[in-house]
Amino acid sequence: MMATVATPAIEVRGLVNRFGRQVVHDGLDMTVQTGEVFGIVGGSGSGKSVLLRTILGLHQPQAGEVRLEGRKLTGLSEQELHGYKARYGVTFQHGALFSSLTVIQNVQLPMLEHLSLDAATRDALALLKIRLVGLAESDAHKYPSQLSGGMVKRAALARALALDPPLLFLDEPTSGLDPISAAAFDSLLMDLQRQLKLTVVMITHDLDTIFRTCNRVGVIVDRKMLTDTLAGISSNPHPWIQAYFHGERAARYGAVDHAVPSDGVPRGA
Amino acid sequence: MYTRIERSATGLELTLTGAWRAVNLPAIDAELSGIDWDGATLLSVSTREAELLDLSGAWRLRKLLQQVAAAGTRIEWRTPEPELLHLVEKTLAEGGPPVPPTSSESFFQPISALGQRVMVRVEDAKSGLDFIGRVAAMSGAVLTSWRRLRPISVARHVYDTGITAIPIVALIAFLITIIIAYISAEELRQFGAEIYVVDTVTIGVLRELGVLLTAIIVAGRSGSAFAAEIGAMKLNEEVDALRASGVNPIEVLVLPRLSGLVIALPLLTVVADAIGLAAGAVLCKFLLDMSLIQYLTEMKSAIGPTTFWVGVIKAPVFALLIALSACYRGLQVRDSSRELGRLTTVAVVQSIFLVILADAIFAVAFWQLDI
Ligand SMILES: Nc1ncnc2c1ncn2[C@@H]1O[C@H](COP(=O)(O)OP(=O)(O)OP(=O)(O)O)[C@@H](O)[C@H]1O
Ligand SMILES: [Mg+2]
Repeated sequence: MMATVATPAIEVRGLVNRFGRQVVHDGLDMTVQTGEVFGIVGGSGSGKSVLLRTILGLHQPQAGEVRLEGRKLTGLSEQELHGYKARYGVTFQHGALFSSLTVIQNVQLPMLEHLSLDAATRDALALLKIRLVGLAESDAHKYPSQLSGGMVKRAALARALALDPPLLFLDEPTSGLDPISAAAFDSLLMDLQRQLKLTVVMITHDLDTIFRTCNRVGVIVDRKMLTDTLAGISSNPHPWIQAYFHGERAARYGAVDHAVPSDGVPRGA
Repeated sequence: MYTRIERSATGLELTLTGAWRAVNLPAIDAELSGIDWDGATLLSVSTREAELLDLSGAWRLRKLLQQVAAAGTRIEWRTPEPELLHLVEKTLAEGGPPVPPTSSESFFQPISALGQRVMVRVEDAKSGLDFIGRVAAMSGAVLTSWRRLRPISVARHVYDTGITAIPIVALIAFLITIIIAYISAEELRQFGAEIYVVDTVTIGVLRELGVLLTAIIVAGRSGSAFAAEIGAMKLNEEVDALRASGVNPIEVLVLPRLSGLVIALPLLTVVADAIGLAAGAVLCKFLLDMSLIQYLTEMKSAIGPTTFWVGVIKAPVFALLIALSACYRGLQVRDSSRELGRLTTVAVVQSIFLVILADAIFAVAFWQLDI
């Protein structure tokens, strides 16, 4: 298991998010240690994307605080926040590629903002990221409207990796990918995570991905988060968690059996 | 400092230091270009002292090693070769399909470009006519039932394009009439014919200014809104979803906007006319010391039986032109947000142009008809 270091990469305390009368989060706590792959699961509409947006500072919570590497997000100056944004990469649930830019231009946009590289280097690095996520070189000059749904996911991941950030936020990165590509994505993520010592926060509904990649899992139930290792969480008595990890689908995938090793070793690795 | 070079008996020893990250690439480049490789036969590399080697750093290292190897130098690792280097190697080695060449340059480029532009215009005109035809056919079909007229949707568009535009239309009609009246008063005063200011204002506002001003404001306000609303729906695949569920986008998107505007624009024109005439009265009272009775009497004699109608009759035609070109451009949006912006601009420019063109045609026609 991961050694618990002094300052966690992300710390969320007592988060409250409300939209009108609808309470999405009510005193939610979450801690992500540096260097781990943290999976967030929860039913549709349980507030996973809202949580991610709050951590990224895109959504102002009603109460609670978010600490990134020990520093309060609200306490950062504009300058520090800008610098901080170079330290994380993010993919959004719906891709959110810039529709008027080609794939390679999308990948280069963060580079233009944060790095001063010459055009040839930028092109080469962007192409490397594009190839890395499994897109062909000929896809680099396509516009988002010319991509398939799965290709949009990959291009978004390439953009998230543009600056080689030590922290990655992924919102349903494998939804819309075929199972083979999803498996390839998982192993790419594991490779990168191990070699670059990335911290990854991943929202996903894909049990396979969870069992292959995640060290710990946070489940959003009843507007709060329950966090545990895979083995721990799948033996949690909460009915939703039971249904999720031991339901018909999970059983059919044989996922339950893989929940036994709790050391985060990916299956089939 | 990102590198340290030492010469040993067998060759060069390269030690990576510091953070080999994307941010530092320019500095790394500068440092590497200063190194004199000097035909060494062996380069032994160590990454032990490197703080960090990320993907970009690994890519740069690979490029360096390739260069050195190409010069005939053997490469040896003192530390285990970084795994990232393998990843970069593997990624770039898997030859993807070659990039298809972009369209070949032609010798007659300027000529073919001109031809292409002409063809684009021709196609545009054809599909514009096609669109008008579809709208006409669809309005015929819709007229058969009350429900398909979508009265609620039409009412919403009357409100959005008409009622909410009243303040701005009134303000601009007031100001423009004041300007016209003031200028003509200055000129006519020289002949002692100030009374004819009333005729200028009355005829000018009722026949031309009221309706033209209103149409131009509405083209800017609602034309852009129509194009942007429909265009955003196109980008979002909402229009495709409508089609797929068997709903005709022309029926639910275009016709309600068109009917809404055809109702709203004449009403707005009447408002603009009234405000314009009132502005004339105010100016005559304060600048020319004319009494209200005098103004009304003169106005009554200036207004012919058709003066008012000649103006108002143009409003539905202008409304048609604005709504048609805005919806047409909106439906043309494809692929990207830039297209949305471009076509919204085109919609506004085109509808204002069409309104003015139609006004000119009306002027000639009315003159021929002696109205
Ligand atoms: N901007 C908003 N305004 C009002 N309500 C919102 C807003 N954003 C999210 N919500 C509500 O908050 C709840 C959580 O939404 P969220 O997008 O976080 O769900 P999710 O857990 O990501 O679900 P999914 O798995 O379907 O993506 C939903 O009920 C949603 O309706
Ligand atoms: Mg979501």
